[in-house]
Amino acid sequence: MSLSAKEKVIVKDFFAKVSSRSDEIGAEALARLIVVYPQTKSYFGHWKDLSPNGAPVRKHGITVMGGVYEAVSKIDDLAGGLLNLSELHAFVLRVDPVNFKILSHCIMVVLSMLFAEEFTPQIHVAVDKFLALVALALAEKYR
Amino acid sequence: MVEWTDFERATIQSIFSKMDYDDVGPAALSRCLVVYPWTQRYFGNFGNLYNAAAIQGNPMVAAHGKTVLRGLDRAVKNMDDIKATYAELSVLHSEKLRVDPDNFRLLADCLTIVVAARMGADFTADVQGAFQKFLAVVVSSLGRQYH
Repeated sequence: MSLSAKEKVIVKDFFAKVSSRSDEIGAEALARLIVVYPQTKSYFGHWKDLSPNGAPVRKHGITVMGGVYEAVSKIDDLAGGLLNLSELHAFVLRVDPVNFKILSHCIMVVLSMLFAEEFTPQIHVAVDKFLALVALALAEKYR
Repeated sequence: MVEWTDFERATIQSIFSKMDYDDVGPAALSRCLVVYPWTQRYFGNFGNLYNAAAIQGNPMVAAHGKTVLRGLDRAVKNMDDIKATYAELSVLHSEKLRVDPDNFRLLADCLTIVVAARMGADFTADVQGAFQKFLAVVVSSLGRQYH
């Protein structure tokens, strides 16, 4: 399942449109991840504060969203463009790839909440595919 | 037996009491057919599903979306025994409709996205947690009688 040229435009346009709130999206998505899927907290044992509205969670959500935007800019070659991030996740973080899907869902719930009118089914499918491909690119070096 | 906290019970009752089933049902089902096009395999006799606009304007999709939401209402009204409430529906989906149970999960995800859009900021992380737990129980119960 690869992105068509049209879908790449949809994804780039949509993320450009919502970029002014990207920090909020990231923070909110990560907060939801740890509340709705508490098993994901297992990756953050090194944080003193695991409250969803606490500073570490929000800051990390912003970091993750930054990664998503980097992926948007490398949309024509995700595996190549995200090589550093892929190596990070494979050799250092070793996040089970099932969590990429879960986080993608949380990101899309937040997009739907904040941009109800804009997040139409057509945009939803393109973003869903895009995030799935980002997940694949991140898992590229796992084994 | 599923254990529900007071918050979860109240949240589910609140969400569904405020929900317009005739709006959310069609929106969730049509979104599912657009975002996960392979789900269209079960609707061969629904006519024009050729593109997103056709799907969203299709009256049979809308009607079926309402049917699905009304079916979900039964779980809302019987939260303490969703498994028994859906035993017959599970058999129906398995034996007669032959729906891959993974589709229940896909539709549940689309329903979450639609409810998030309708509720906006009220769809907090805790509310989302309760809602998804409820849907997970529904999905599990619908898949229970498959063999």
